[in-house]
Amino acid sequence: MFFNNLKPLHGNVYVNETWCKGCGFCVQFCPTNVLDISPGYNAKGYHPPYAKTPERCHNCLYCQMICPEFAIFVKGDDECVKGETNQ
Amino acid sequence: MSTLNDIAQFKQVSPMSGILRMERMPHIWCPGCGIGSEVNSFAEAIRRSGIDQDKLTVISGIGCTGRVAGYSNFDSIHTTHGRAIPVATGMHLANPKLKVVVFSGEGDLSGIGGNHLIHAARRNMDMVVICNNNFTYGMTGGQVTPTTPGGAIASTTPYGNYEYPFSLPFLADAAGATYVARWTSVHARNVTQAIEEALARKGFSFIEIISPCTTLYLRRNRLGDGVDWLQYFQENTVIKHGCDTRETAIDYQGKIVIGKFVDKQKPTYLESVDKRYVQVVGDDYQLYGKTVPEREAEEKAEQERIAARRAAALAEPEAGA
Repeated sequence: MFFNNLKPLHGNVYVNETWCKGCGFCVQFCPTNVLDISPGYNAKGYHPPYAKTPERCHNCLYCQMICPEFAIFVKGDDECVKGETNQ
Repeated sequence: MSTLNDIAQFKQVSPMSGILRMERMPHIWCPGCGIGSEVNSFAEAIRRSGIDQDKLTVISGIGCTGRVAGYSNFDSIHTTHGRAIPVATGMHLANPKLKVVVFSGEGDLSGIGGNHLIHAARRNMDMVVICNNNFTYGMTGGQVTPTTPGGAIASTTPYGNYEYPFSLPFLADAAGATYVARWTSVHARNVTQAIEEALARKGFSFIEIISPCTTLYLRRNRLGDGVDWLQYFQENTVIKHGCDTRETAIDYQGKIVIGKFVDKQKPTYLESVDKRYVQVVGDDYQLYGKTVPEREAEEKAEQERIAARRAAALAEPEAGA
């Protein structure tokens, strides 16, 4: 869903699995369901998230803001600039 | 590429570096606690506000939220229980150029230090008070606080709380605060905006942020974990900007009224001091070795620098992008 002919942005999610405490906020509240809980464990015994469908990330940064452990950040692609498409 | 487990590299590239003391991570807060989300919003608000980070002070009392002062990479003080606002008041009066932010919990601010809260609001001290409300004394074992809703179970009320709780926005508004807002930890962008507005204005700003305490409040009341409560926040909050603060009481598992309730202008404490003494002493009255017009000119220059930095911060892509 995009408004008019605005260009969709795309971001890459970076997860620090070592700091994650498995609260699940990022998985639950990602608006496009990019993240999912991984079956593996980290050193503390929690299940950290992983990007299940990374192509759906639109760089909204909500996981970065909601993560209480400061363990996620999102970086936009190099060509990730706001603008309009030709359509 | 979605994992970045090299801690040294993560600390460098994370947008929080420079704002938080990354060498102290991971922090002590429980899984599912909302304080970390609030600190994220706080960091983003500081970045966008454009205020000089050397002139920013974070002061916390005791408690889980009191740890924020230790984790933020500014000048910060972790004071005794309940005395965050007196220390902030003293700091503001000793050096009015400092931007003073009090970041503490509701037990610290309204329970142990309730008297200080109402008097700082009454005097309209120029400071930002961010109050994390999780309905319990988290660090000491889940005792009942002044905001625990009626009927909720705490370690000191094992059969349910029978006290009448405080509504903190009502308390702050009645005491004379000039900016009163309430959000929850799931409303990350609204919290960011509220802190940004509060940092940009003068006077006593009070922001209450409701957050889950999974280990004590939620577990004792069998309300699930952090995700369950953030969903409860999403479904049971009503945004009412400008709402009469008398209608902001919180019932046990009831609807929560959130929004920006009060935003008004009133002379701050130091402005009132200036006004009174100019009447008494005359125009050559000096405070901190400078007359009133000199200090106003300095402040105006600082505001212009802040506006320039803010424009630069907003022009560059969002943090992390």
